[in-house]
Amino acid sequence: MTADVNKTDEPDEAPTPAAGPEAIKAIPVRHYGRYVSAVIAVALLASIIYAFSQGKINWDAVPEYFFDDRIINGVGQTLLLTVLSMAIGVVGGITLAVMRLSKNPVVSSIAWGYIWFFRGTPVLVQLIVWFNLGLVFEYINLGPIYKDYWSSFMTPLLTALLGLGLNEAAYMAEICRAGLLSVDEGQTEASHALGMSHTKTLRRIVIPQAMRVIVPPTGNEVINMLKTTSLVSVVQFYELFRQAQDIGQTSGAPVEMYFLAAAWYLILTSVLSIGQYYLERYYARGSSRNLPPTPLQKIKSGVFSLRRPKGVTA
Amino acid sequence: MTAMVKAEGVHKSFGAVEVLKGIDLEVAPREVFCLIGPSGSGKSTFLRCINHLDKISAGRLSVDGELVGYRQKGDKLYELKDSEVALKRRDIGMVFQRFNLFPHMTAIENVMEAPVQVRGEAKAVARARAERLLDRVGLADKAGNYPSQLSGGQQQRVAIARALAMEPKLMLFDEPTSALDPELVGDVLDVMRGLAEDGMTMIVVTHEMGFAREVGDSLVFMDGGVVVESGNPRDVLTNPQHDRTKAFLSKVL
Repeated sequence: MTADVNKTDEPDEAPTPAAGPEAIKAIPVRHYGRYVSAVIAVALLASIIYAFSQGKINWDAVPEYFFDDRIINGVGQTLLLTVLSMAIGVVGGITLAVMRLSKNPVVSSIAWGYIWFFRGTPVLVQLIVWFNLGLVFEYINLGPIYKDYWSSFMTPLLTALLGLGLNEAAYMAEICRAGLLSVDEGQTEASHALGMSHTKTLRRIVIPQAMRVIVPPTGNEVINMLKTTSLVSVVQFYELFRQAQDIGQTSGAPVEMYFLAAAWYLILTSVLSIGQYYLERYYARGSSRNLPPTPLQKIKSGVFSLRRPKGVTA
Repeated sequence: MTAMVKAEGVHKSFGAVEVLKGIDLEVAPREVFCLIGPSGSGKSTFLRCINHLDKISAGRLSVDGELVGYRQKGDKLYELKDSEVALKRRDIGMVFQRFNLFPHMTAIENVMEAPVQVRGEAKAVARARAERLLDRVGLADKAGNYPSQLSGGQQQRVAIARALAMEPKLMLFDEPTSALDPELVGDVLDVMRGLAEDGMTMIVVTHEMGFAREVGDSLVFMDGGVVVESGNPRDVLTNPQHDRTKAFLSKVL
Protein backbone atom coordinates (compact mmCIF):
# COMPACT_ATOMS: atom_id res chain seq x y z
CA MET A 1 0.00 0.00 0.00
CA THR A 2 2.50 2.57 1.14
CA ALA A 3 4.85 1.69 -1.69
CA ASP A 4 2.10 2.34 -4.21
CA VAL A 5 1.34 5.72 -2.68
CA ASN A 6 5.01 6.75 -2.85
CA LYS A 7 5.31 5.69 -6.44
CA THR A 8 2.33 7.68 -7.61
CA ASP A 9 3.27 10.73 -5.56
CA GLU A 10 6.91 11.04 -6.57
CA PRO A 11 7.59 9.26 -9.83
CA ASP A 12 10.71 11.32 -10.58
CA GLU A 13 12.52 10.61 -7.33
CA ALA A 14 12.47 6.85 -7.59
CA PRO A 15 15.47 6.31 -9.94
CA THR A 16 17.82 8.66 -8.03
CA PRO A 17 18.56 6.42 -4.99
CA ALA A 18 18.80 3.31 -7.20
CA ALA A 19 21.67 4.78 -9.29
CA GLY A 20 23.95 5.70 -6.35
CA PRO A 21 27.51 6.95 -6.82
CA GLU A 22 29.42 5.89 -9.92
CA ALA A 23 31.65 2.82 -9.60
CA ILE A 24 35.36 3.65 -9.20
CA LYS A 25 37.41 3.31 -12.39
CA ALA A 26 41.08 3.56 -11.46
CA ILE A 27 44.25 2.25 -13.09
CA PRO A 28 45.45 -0.64 -10.89
CA VAL A 29 48.99 -0.74 -9.52
CA ARG A 30 51.30 -2.57 -11.95
CA HIS A 31 53.27 -5.36 -10.30
CA TYR A 32 56.30 -5.53 -12.59
CA GLY A 33 58.20 -7.63 -10.03
CA ARG A 34 55.62 -10.38 -10.46
CA TYR A 35 56.08 -10.55 -14.22
CA VAL A 36 59.87 -10.67 -13.92
CA SER A 37 59.89 -13.35 -11.20
CA ALA A 38 57.35 -15.45 -13.11
CA VAL A 39 59.52 -15.36 -16.24
CA ILE A 40 62.61 -16.34 -14.24
CA ALA A 41 60.79 -19.20 -12.51
CA VAL A 42 59.43 -20.58 -15.79
CA ALA A 43 62.85 -20.33 -17.43
CA LEU A 44 64.49 -22.20 -14.51
CA LEU A 45 61.86 -24.92 -14.59
CA ALA A 46 62.22 -25.30 -18.36
CA SER A 47 65.99 -25.63 -18.11
CA ILE A 48 65.68 -28.30 -15.41
CA ILE A 49 63.19 -30.27 -17.52
CA TYR A 50 65.44 -29.88 -20.54
CA ALA A 51 68.45 -31.15 -18.59
CA PHE A 52 66.54 -34.24 -17.50
CA SER A 53 65.27 -34.90 -21.02
CA GLN A 54 68.81 -34.75 -22.38
CA GLY A 55 70.29 -36.95 -19.63
CA LYS A 56 71.20 -40.59 -20.09
CA ILE A 57 67.78 -41.73 -19.06
CA ASN A 58 65.65 -43.99 -21.19
CA TRP A 59 62.34 -42.12 -20.82
CA ASP A 60 60.51 -44.52 -23.14
CA ALA A 61 60.70 -47.17 -20.43
CA VAL A 62 58.40 -45.18 -18.14
CA PRO A 63 55.24 -45.20 -20.29
CA GLU A 64 56.06 -48.76 -21.35
CA TYR A 65 55.76 -50.07 -17.81
CA PHE A 66 53.39 -47.40 -16.41
CA PHE A 67 50.36 -49.68 -16.53
CA ASP A 68 52.25 -52.94 -16.19
CA ASP A 69 50.27 -55.55 -14.23
CA ARG A 70 52.94 -55.71 -11.53
CA ILE A 71 52.89 -51.94 -11.10
CA ILE A 72 49.10 -51.80 -10.92
CA ASN A 73 49.19 -54.64 -8.40
CA GLY A 74 51.83 -52.71 -6.43
CA VAL A 75 49.67 -49.58 -6.44
CA GLY A 76 46.78 -51.62 -5.08
CA GLN A 77 48.95 -53.13 -2.35
CA THR A 78 50.33 -49.69 -1.42
CA LEU A 79 46.83 -48.27 -1.12
CA LEU A 80 45.63 -51.29 0.87
CA LEU A 81 48.56 -51.02 3.24
CA THR A 82 48.06 -47.25 3.64
CA VAL A 83 44.36 -47.58 4.41
CA LEU A 84 44.74 -50.48 6.84
CA SER A 85 47.77 -49.03 8.66
CA MET A 86 46.04 -45.67 8.99
CA ALA A 87 42.93 -47.40 10.31
CA ILE A 88 45.05 -49.09 12.98
CA GLY A 89 46.81 -45.78 13.59
CA VAL A 90 43.60 -43.73 13.99
CA VAL A 91 41.79 -46.23 16.21
CA GLY A 92 44.94 -46.82 18.25
CA GLY A 93 45.67 -43.10 18.37
CA ILE A 94 42.23 -42.15 19.70
CA THR A 95 42.44 -44.95 22.26
CA LEU A 96 45.90 -43.85 23.39
CA ALA A 97 44.84 -40.19 23.52
CA VAL A 98 41.84 -41.02 25.70
CA MET A 99 44.10 -43.20 27.85
CA ARG A 100 46.64 -40.39 28.27
CA LEU A 101 43.91 -37.99 29.35
CA SER A 102 42.46 -40.54 31.78
CA LYS A 103 42.46 -39.85 35.51
CA ASN A 104 43.63 -43.43 36.11
CA PRO A 105 47.43 -43.16 36.60
CA VAL A 106 48.11 -46.74 35.44
CA VAL A 107 46.26 -46.22 32.16
CA SER A 108 47.83 -42.85 31.40
CA SER A 109 51.33 -44.17 32.19
CA ILE A 110 50.87 -47.11 29.83
CA ALA A 111 49.87 -44.72 27.06
CA TRP A 112 52.79 -42.44 27.84
CA GLY A 113 55.23 -45.37 27.71
CA TYR A 114 53.82 -46.64 24.43
CA ILE A 115 54.12 -43.26 22.76
CA TRP A 116 57.62 -42.79 24.20
CA PHE A 117 58.82 -46.09 22.73
CA PHE A 118 57.13 -46.13 19.34
CA ARG A 119 57.82 -42.49 18.58
CA GLY A 120 61.37 -42.75 19.76
CA THR A 121 62.56 -45.59 17.52
CA PRO A 122 62.83 -45.59 13.70
CA VAL A 123 59.94 -47.29 11.93
CA LEU A 124 62.43 -49.22 9.80
CA VAL A 125 63.89 -50.82 12.94
CA GLN A 126 60.40 -51.61 14.21
CA LEU A 127 59.54 -53.34 10.94
CA ILE A 128 62.68 -55.47 11.10
CA VAL A 129 61.98 -56.36 14.74
CA TRP A 130 58.44 -57.49 13.91
CA PHE A 131 59.85 -59.51 11.01
CA ASN A 132 62.37 -61.26 13.23
CA LEU A 133 60.19 -61.76 16.29
CA GLY A 134 60.31 -65.48 15.53
CA LEU A 135 63.71 -65.43 17.26
CA VAL A 136 61.91 -64.60 20.52
CA PHE A 137 58.63 -66.43 20.13
CA GLU A 138 58.92 -69.74 18.32
CA TYR A 139 55.21 -70.51 18.37
CA ILE A 140 52.06 -68.52 18.60
CA ASN A 141 49.61 -70.36 20.84
CA LEU A 142 46.14 -68.98 21.51
CA GLY A 143 44.96 -72.20 23.17
CA PRO A 144 42.25 -74.00 21.21
CA ILE A 145 41.68 -71.10 18.80
CA TYR A 146 44.97 -70.88 16.96
CA LYS A 147 48.42 -72.42 17.10
CA ASP A 148 51.21 -72.11 14.55
CA TYR A 149 54.87 -71.35 14.04
CA TRP A 150 55.54 -67.64 14.44
CA SER A 151 57.26 -67.49 11.06
CA SER A 152 54.21 -68.80 9.21
CA PHE A 153 51.82 -66.69 11.32
CA MET A 154 53.70 -63.45 10.60
CA THR A 155 53.00 -62.97 6.92
CA PRO A 156 54.65 -59.98 5.20
CA LEU A 157 51.28 -58.16 5.18
CA LEU A 158 50.78 -58.66 8.92
CA THR A 159 54.34 -57.61 9.67
CA ALA A 160 53.95 -54.49 7.55
CA LEU A 161 50.58 -53.65 9.14
CA LEU A 162 51.83 -54.05 12.68
CA GLY A 163 55.05 -52.17 12.01
CA LEU A 164 53.41 -49.21 10.28
CA GLY A 165 50.10 -49.19 12.19
CA LEU A 166 51.51 -49.37 15.71
CA ASN A 167 54.10 -46.73 14.93
CA GLU A 168 51.44 -44.50 13.42
CA ALA A 169 49.21 -44.90 16.49
CA ALA A 170 51.88 -43.18 18.58
CA TYR A 171 51.87 -40.15 16.28
CA MET A 172 48.10 -40.11 15.92
CA ALA A 173 47.78 -40.24 19.71
CA GLU A 174 49.40 -36.83 20.03
CA ILE A 175 47.30 -35.40 17.21
CA CYS A 176 44.11 -36.77 18.78
CA ARG A 177 45.08 -35.53 22.23
CA ALA A 178 45.50 -32.02 20.85
CA GLY A 179 42.06 -32.38 19.24
CA LEU A 180 40.35 -33.59 22.40
CA LEU A 181 41.93 -30.79 24.44
CA SER A 182 40.72 -28.22 21.91
CA VAL A 183 37.06 -28.91 22.76
CA ASP A 184 35.67 -26.49 25.34
CA GLU A 185 35.15 -27.99 28.80
CA GLY A 186 31.64 -26.55 28.85
CA GLN A 187 30.69 -29.14 26.22
CA THR A 188 31.59 -32.01 28.53
CA GLU A 189 29.79 -30.33 31.41
CA ALA A 190 26.64 -29.73 29.39
CA SER A 191 26.68 -33.34 28.23
CA HIS A 192 27.22 -34.68 31.75
CA ALA A 193 24.49 -32.41 33.07
CA LEU A 194 22.08 -34.07 30.62
CA GLY A 195 22.95 -37.44 32.16
CA MET A 196 25.22 -38.69 29.38
CA SER A 197 27.98 -41.13 30.37
CA HIS A 198 31.70 -40.50 29.84
CA THR A 199 31.77 -42.79 26.81
CA LYS A 200 28.69 -41.26 25.21
CA THR A 201 30.03 -37.78 25.86
CA LEU A 202 33.28 -38.64 24.13
CA ARG A 203 31.65 -40.38 21.19
CA ARG A 204 28.73 -38.05 20.56
CA ILE A 205 29.97 -34.64 21.73
CA VAL A 206 33.74 -34.37 22.12
CA ILE A 207 35.18 -36.49 19.30
CA PRO A 208 32.99 -35.02 16.52
CA GLN A 209 34.16 -31.54 17.54
CA ALA A 210 37.76 -32.66 17.99
CA MET A 211 37.72 -33.96 14.41
CA ARG A 212 37.97 -30.40 13.08
CA VAL A 213 41.38 -30.14 14.69
CA ILE A 214 42.35 -33.76 14.04
CA VAL A 215 41.57 -34.04 10.32
CA PRO A 216 44.09 -31.61 8.76
CA PRO A 217 47.20 -33.11 10.42
CA THR A 218 45.78 -36.59 9.84
CA GLY A 219 45.61 -35.86 6.12
CA ASN A 220 49.27 -35.05 6.38
CA GLU A 221 49.86 -38.36 8.14
CA VAL A 222 48.01 -40.29 5.42
CA ILE A 223 50.21 -38.77 2.74
CA ASN A 224 53.26 -39.51 4.85
CA MET A 225 52.06 -43.07 5.39
CA LEU A 226 51.55 -43.60 1.67
CA LYS A 227 55.20 -42.83 1.09
CA THR A 228 56.45 -44.64 4.19
CA THR A 229 54.90 -47.87 2.89
CA SER A 230 57.86 -47.97 0.49
CA LEU A 231 59.94 -49.12 3.51
CA VAL A 232 58.10 -52.42 3.87
CA SER A 233 60.04 -53.94 0.98
CA VAL A 234 62.52 -54.94 3.73
CA VAL A 235 59.93 -57.37 5.14
CA GLN A 236 59.31 -58.93 1.71
CA PHE A 237 56.00 -57.17 1.12
CA TYR A 238 55.47 -56.39 -2.56
CA GLU A 239 54.04 -52.91 -2.95
CA LEU A 240 54.58 -50.19 -5.57
CA PHE A 241 58.19 -49.37 -4.72
CA ARG A 242 59.30 -53.02 -4.50
CA GLN A 243 57.57 -53.93 -7.77
CA ALA A 244 59.15 -50.97 -9.57
CA GLN A 245 62.54 -51.94 -8.16
CA ASP A 246 62.13 -55.55 -9.34
CA ILE A 247 61.08 -54.51 -12.83
CA GLY A 248 64.03 -52.14 -12.92
CA GLN A 249 66.47 -54.95 -12.14
CA THR A 250 65.15 -57.27 -14.85
CA SER A 251 64.39 -54.73 -17.57
CA GLY A 252 67.68 -52.86 -17.34
CA ALA A 253 66.05 -49.55 -16.56
CA PRO A 254 66.46 -49.28 -12.74
CA VAL A 255 66.48 -45.47 -12.37
CA GLU A 256 63.63 -45.06 -14.84
CA MET A 257 61.46 -47.35 -12.70
CA TYR A 258 62.11 -45.19 -9.63
CA PHE A 259 60.84 -42.19 -11.61
CA LEU A 260 57.82 -44.23 -12.57
CA ALA A 261 57.16 -45.06 -8.91
CA ALA A 262 57.59 -41.40 -7.97
CA ALA A 263 55.02 -40.40 -10.60
CA TRP A 264 52.55 -42.89 -9.18
CA TYR A 265 53.12 -41.66 -5.61
CA LEU A 266 52.51 -38.11 -6.81
CA ILE A 267 49.23 -39.12 -8.47
CA LEU A 268 48.05 -40.96 -5.35
CA THR A 269 48.91 -38.15 -2.94
CA SER A 270 47.12 -35.65 -5.21
CA VAL A 271 43.96 -37.76 -5.10
CA LEU A 272 44.24 -38.03 -1.30
CA SER A 273 44.55 -34.25 -0.95
CA ILE A 274 41.22 -33.82 -2.73
CA GLY A 275 39.62 -36.33 -0.37
CA GLN A 276 41.02 -34.44 2.60
CA TYR A 277 39.42 -31.20 1.38
CA TYR A 278 35.96 -32.74 1.41
CA LEU A 279 36.50 -34.40 4.79
CA GLU A 280 37.50 -31.07 6.34
CA ARG A 281 34.45 -29.48 4.82
CA TYR A 282 32.22 -32.14 6.40
CA TYR A 283 33.59 -31.62 9.90
CA ALA A 284 33.38 -27.82 9.57
CA ARG A 285 29.58 -27.97 9.60
CA GLY A 286 28.09 -25.85 12.34
CA SER A 287 31.37 -24.12 13.06
CA SER A 288 31.18 -21.53 10.32
CA ARG A 289 28.07 -19.87 9.00
CA ASN A 290 28.84 -20.55 5.36
CA LEU A 291 30.80 -23.56 4.21
CA PRO A 292 33.47 -22.78 1.61
CA PRO A 293 32.35 -23.82 -1.89
CA THR A 294 33.55 -27.13 -3.27
CA PRO A 295 35.78 -26.90 -6.37
CA LEU A 296 32.80 -28.07 -8.42
CA GLN A 297 30.63 -25.28 -7.00
CA LYS A 298 33.41 -22.79 -7.68
CA ILE A 299 33.49 -23.82 -11.33
CA LYS A 300 29.70 -23.60 -11.55
CA SER A 301 29.53 -20.14 -10.00
CA GLY A 302 32.37 -19.07 -12.29
CA VAL A 303 30.37 -20.19 -15.31
CA PHE A 304 27.27 -18.39 -14.06
CA SER A 305 29.09 -15.13 -13.38
CA LEU A 306 30.43 -15.25 -16.93
CA ARG A 307 26.94 -15.83 -18.28
CA ARG A 308 25.11 -13.26 -16.21
CA PRO A 309 26.27 -10.09 -18.03
CA LYS A 310 25.28 -11.71 -21.30
CA GLY A 311 21.77 -12.33 -19.96
CA VAL A 312 21.49 -8.71 -18.86
CA THR A 313 22.44 -7.25 -22.21
CA ALA A 314 20.29 -9.69 -24.18
CA MET B 1 6.66 -32.67 52.02
CA THR B 2 10.35 -33.39 51.43
CA ALA B 3 12.42 -30.50 50.25
CA MET B 4 13.53 -30.63 46.61
CA VAL B 5 17.01 -29.46 47.60
CA LYS B 6 18.35 -29.45 51.13
CA ALA B 7 21.79 -28.17 52.08
CA GLU B 8 23.20 -28.56 55.58
CA GLY B 9 26.58 -27.03 56.32
CA VAL B 10 27.81 -27.45 52.74
CA HIS B 11 31.51 -26.67 52.34
CA LYS B 12 33.55 -26.66 49.15
CA SER B 13 37.27 -26.04 48.74
CA PHE B 14 39.37 -25.84 45.61
CA GLY B 15 42.80 -26.72 46.98
CA ALA B 16 43.47 -24.27 49.78
CA VAL B 17 40.71 -21.87 48.73
CA GLU B 18 37.44 -22.37 50.57
CA VAL B 19 34.65 -21.22 48.28
CA LEU B 20 31.63 -22.39 50.28
CA LYS B 21 31.87 -22.03 54.05
CA GLY B 22 28.78 -23.75 55.35
CA ILE B 23 25.61 -23.23 53.34
CA ASP B 24 22.26 -24.12 54.90
CA LEU B 25 19.16 -23.77 52.81
CA GLU B 26 16.06 -25.54 51.68
CA VAL B 27 14.23 -25.36 48.35
CA ALA B 28 10.62 -26.54 48.33
CA PRO B 29 9.03 -28.26 45.32
CA ARG B 30 7.48 -25.85 42.77
CA GLU B 31 9.50 -23.02 44.25
CA VAL B 32 11.48 -20.42 42.28
CA PHE B 33 14.60 -19.91 44.35
CA CYS B 34 16.91 -17.02 43.45
CA LEU B 35 20.56 -16.80 44.42
CA ILE B 36 22.16 -13.37 44.20
CA GLY B 37 25.49 -11.98 45.28
CA PRO B 38 28.76 -10.52 44.00
CA SER B 39 30.95 -12.62 41.70
CA GLY B 40 33.18 -15.00 43.60
CA SER B 41 30.61 -15.38 46.36
CA GLY B 42 30.21 -19.09 45.56
CA LYS B 43 26.68 -19.08 44.14
CA SER B 44 27.63 -20.76 40.84
CA THR B 45 29.78 -23.29 42.69
CA PHE B 46 26.84 -24.16 44.94
CA LEU B 47 24.64 -24.63 41.89
CA ARG B 48 27.21 -26.93 40.28
CA CYS B 49 27.41 -28.98 43.49
CA ILE B 50 23.69 -29.74 43.26
CA ASN B 51 24.19 -31.92 40.17
CA HIS B 52 27.64 -33.04 41.23
CA LEU B 53 29.63 -31.20 38.57
CA ASP B 54 31.62 -30.09 41.61
CA LYS B 55 32.01 -32.33 44.67
CA ILE B 56 31.25 -30.88 48.09
CA SER B 57 34.01 -31.20 50.68
CA ALA B 58 31.92 -31.30 53.83
CA GLY B 59 28.29 -31.16 54.95
CA ARG B 60 25.24 -32.81 53.43
CA LEU B 61 23.47 -31.98 50.23
CA SER B 62 20.40 -33.84 49.04
CA VAL B 63 18.04 -33.60 46.09
CA ASP B 64 14.50 -34.95 46.51
CA GLY B 65 15.53 -36.72 49.70
CA GLU B 66 18.58 -38.48 48.18
CA LEU B 67 22.19 -37.52 48.89
CA VAL B 68 24.09 -36.00 45.96
CA GLY B 69 27.03 -38.16 44.88
CA TYR B 70 26.87 -40.60 47.81
CA ARG B 71 24.87 -43.49 49.18
CA GLN B 72 24.45 -43.88 52.90
CA LYS B 73 24.51 -47.29 54.55
CA GLY B 74 24.38 -47.15 58.32
CA ASP B 75 26.70 -44.31 59.21
CA LYS B 76 29.06 -44.91 56.28
CA LEU B 77 29.04 -42.97 53.01
CA TYR B 78 29.80 -44.74 49.73
CA GLU B 79 30.79 -42.75 46.67
CA LEU B 80 28.44 -43.31 43.73
CA LYS B 81 29.74 -44.74 40.48
CA ASP B 82 29.83 -42.42 37.46
CA SER B 83 26.89 -44.27 35.93
CA GLU B 84 24.81 -43.76 39.10
CA VAL B 85 25.65 -40.05 39.15
CA ALA B 86 24.63 -39.83 35.49
CA LEU B 87 21.32 -41.51 36.33
CA LYS B 88 20.53 -38.87 38.94
CA ARG B 89 21.51 -36.01 36.63
CA ARG B 90 18.75 -37.01 34.23
CA ASP B 91 16.23 -35.47 36.59
CA ILE B 92 18.10 -32.19 36.96
CA GLY B 93 18.21 -29.77 34.05
CA MET B 94 20.98 -27.22 33.87
CA VAL B 95 21.30 -24.02 31.86
CA PHE B 96 24.72 -22.40 31.60
CA GLN B 97 25.86 -18.82 31.34
CA ARG B 98 27.68 -19.56 28.06
CA PHE B 99 24.82 -21.76 26.67
CA ASN B 100 27.16 -24.68 25.85
CA LEU B 101 25.02 -25.85 22.96
CA PHE B 102 26.60 -28.60 20.89
CA PRO B 103 27.88 -26.62 17.88
CA HIS B 104 28.00 -29.58 15.49
CA MET B 105 24.28 -30.25 15.86
CA THR B 106 21.27 -28.23 14.72
CA ALA B 107 18.90 -26.74 17.30
CA ILE B 108 16.50 -29.67 17.11
CA GLU B 109 19.33 -32.21 17.23
CA ASN B 110 20.59 -30.52 20.39
CA VAL B 111 17.19 -30.95 21.99
CA MET B 112 16.80 -34.56 20.79
CA GLU B 113 20.28 -35.69 21.81
CA ALA B 114 19.74 -36.59 25.47
CA PRO B 115 16.34 -38.32 25.13
CA VAL B 116 17.67 -40.47 22.28
CA GLN B 117 21.13 -41.19 23.67
CA VAL B 118 20.40 -41.34 27.40
CA ARG B 119 16.87 -42.67 27.60
CA GLY B 120 17.01 -44.62 24.36
CA GLU B 121 13.88 -42.97 23.07
CA ALA B 122 12.76 -43.50 19.47
CA LYS B 123 13.86 -40.67 17.21
CA ALA B 124 10.35 -39.88 16.03
CA VAL B 125 9.11 -39.49 19.61
CA ALA B 126 12.10 -37.36 20.58
CA ARG B 127 11.66 -35.21 17.47
CA ALA B 128 8.00 -34.60 18.20
CA ARG B 129 8.80 -33.50 21.75
CA ALA B 130 11.73 -31.38 20.56
CA GLU B 131 9.47 -29.59 18.08
CA ARG B 132 6.98 -28.93 20.85
CA LEU B 133 9.70 -27.58 23.15
CA LEU B 134 11.22 -25.36 20.48
CA ASP B 135 7.76 -24.01 19.82
CA ARG B 136 7.34 -23.34 23.51
CA VAL B 137 10.52 -21.25 23.64
CA GLY B 138 9.41 -19.45 20.46
CA LEU B 139 11.95 -20.99 18.08
CA ALA B 140 9.86 -23.42 16.03
CA ASP B 141 11.21 -21.85 12.82
CA LYS B 142 14.87 -22.22 13.86
CA ALA B 143 14.86 -26.01 14.33
CA GLY B 144 17.26 -26.63 11.45
CA ASN B 145 19.74 -23.89 12.34
CA TYR B 146 23.15 -24.53 13.83
CA PRO B 147 23.96 -22.66 17.06
CA SER B 148 26.40 -20.41 15.18
CA GLN B 149 23.46 -19.19 13.09
CA LEU B 150 21.46 -18.15 16.17
CA SER B 151 21.69 -15.06 18.38
CA GLY B 152 22.74 -15.43 22.02
CA GLY B 153 19.18 -15.17 23.25
CA GLN B 154 18.00 -17.79 20.78
CA GLN B 155 20.87 -20.09 21.75
CA GLN B 156 19.98 -19.80 25.42
CA ARG B 157 16.34 -20.61 24.68
CA VAL B 158 17.43 -23.70 22.74
CA ALA B 159 19.57 -24.61 25.76
CA ILE B 160 16.51 -24.35 28.00
CA ALA B 161 14.54 -26.55 25.60
CA ARG B 162 17.41 -29.03 25.61
CA ALA B 163 17.34 -29.22 29.41
CA LEU B 164 13.53 -29.56 29.44
CA ALA B 165 13.67 -32.45 26.97
CA MET B 166 14.73 -34.76 29.80
CA GLU B 167 11.59 -33.73 31.73
CA PRO B 168 13.52 -32.76 34.84
CA LYS B 169 11.97 -32.22 38.26
CA LEU B 170 14.46 -29.46 39.02
CA MET B 171 16.04 -26.80 36.81
CA LEU B 172 19.29 -25.04 37.62
CA PHE B 173 20.01 -21.72 35.92
CA ASP B 174 23.59 -20.44 36.16
CA GLU B 175 23.43 -16.73 35.28
CA PRO B 176 21.38 -17.53 32.16
CA THR B 177 21.21 -13.94 30.91
CA SER B 178 24.66 -12.63 31.88
CA ALA B 179 26.23 -13.29 28.48
CA LEU B 180 23.37 -11.72 26.52
CA ASP B 181 22.80 -8.33 24.95
CA PRO B 182 20.37 -6.36 27.14
CA GLU B 183 17.82 -6.44 24.32
CA LEU B 184 17.76 -10.24 24.25
CA VAL B 185 17.47 -10.79 28.01
CA GLY B 186 13.70 -10.32 27.99
CA ASP B 187 12.99 -13.28 25.68
CA VAL B 188 14.92 -15.66 27.92
CA LEU B 189 13.31 -14.33 31.10
CA ASP B 190 9.87 -14.72 29.49
CA VAL B 191 10.57 -18.40 28.88
CA MET B 192 11.72 -18.81 32.49
CA ARG B 193 8.64 -16.98 33.76
CA GLY B 194 6.49 -19.41 31.78
CA LEU B 195 8.30 -22.35 33.36
CA ALA B 196 7.73 -20.91 36.83
CA GLU B 197 4.03 -20.53 36.11
CA ASP B 198 3.88 -24.19 35.11
CA GLY B 199 5.18 -25.12 38.54
CA MET B 200 8.78 -26.09 37.73
CA THR B 201 11.16 -26.07 40.69
CA MET B 202 13.90 -23.65 39.72
CA ILE B 203 17.11 -22.46 41.31
CA VAL B 204 18.28 -19.33 39.54
CA VAL B 205 21.64 -17.65 39.99
CA THR B 206 21.02 -14.22 38.57
CA HIS B 207 21.77 -10.54 38.48
CA GLU B 208 18.28 -9.76 37.21
CA MET B 209 16.74 -8.24 40.35
CA GLY B 210 13.51 -7.45 38.48
CA PHE B 211 13.04 -11.11 37.63
CA ALA B 212 13.85 -12.16 41.23
CA ARG B 213 11.29 -9.74 42.58
CA GLU B 214 8.50 -10.64 40.17
CA VAL B 215 8.93 -14.38 39.79
CA GLY B 216 10.99 -15.49 42.80
CA ASP B 217 9.40 -17.20 45.79
CA SER B 218 12.51 -16.96 47.93
CA LEU B 219 15.81 -15.21 47.60
CA VAL B 220 19.21 -15.75 49.15
CA PHE B 221 22.00 -13.20 49.18
CA MET B 222 25.42 -14.88 49.32
CA ASP B 223 28.81 -13.30 49.94
CA GLY B 224 32.18 -14.83 50.73
CA GLY B 225 30.84 -18.37 50.67
CA VAL B 226 28.08 -17.89 53.24
CA VAL B 227 24.39 -16.99 53.14
CA VAL B 228 24.17 -13.43 54.39
CA GLU B 229 20.45 -12.88 54.15
CA SER B 230 17.43 -14.77 52.92
CA GLY B 231 13.70 -14.40 52.71
CA ASN B 232 10.92 -13.26 50.42
CA PRO B 233 12.52 -11.49 47.42
CA ARG B 234 10.26 -8.44 47.72
CA ASP B 235 11.22 -7.99 51.39
CA VAL B 236 14.94 -8.58 50.94
CA LEU B 237 15.27 -6.39 47.86
CA THR B 238 13.26 -3.44 49.18
CA ASN B 239 14.17 -3.66 52.83
CA PRO B 240 17.51 -5.42 53.33
CA GLN B 241 18.50 -5.98 56.97
CA HIS B 242 22.20 -6.64 56.62
CA ASP B 243 24.75 -3.92 55.79
CA ARG B 244 26.49 -6.09 53.20
CA THR B 245 23.20 -6.71 51.42
CA LYS B 246 22.40 -2.99 51.48
CA ALA B 247 25.80 -2.15 49.98
CA PHE B 248 25.43 -4.74 47.22
CA LEU B 249 21.87 -3.76 46.32
CA SER B 250 22.70 -0.07 46.26
CA LYS B 251 25.21 -0.83 43.50
CA VAL B 252 23.11 -3.13 41.33
CA LEU B 253 19.64 -1.62 41.64
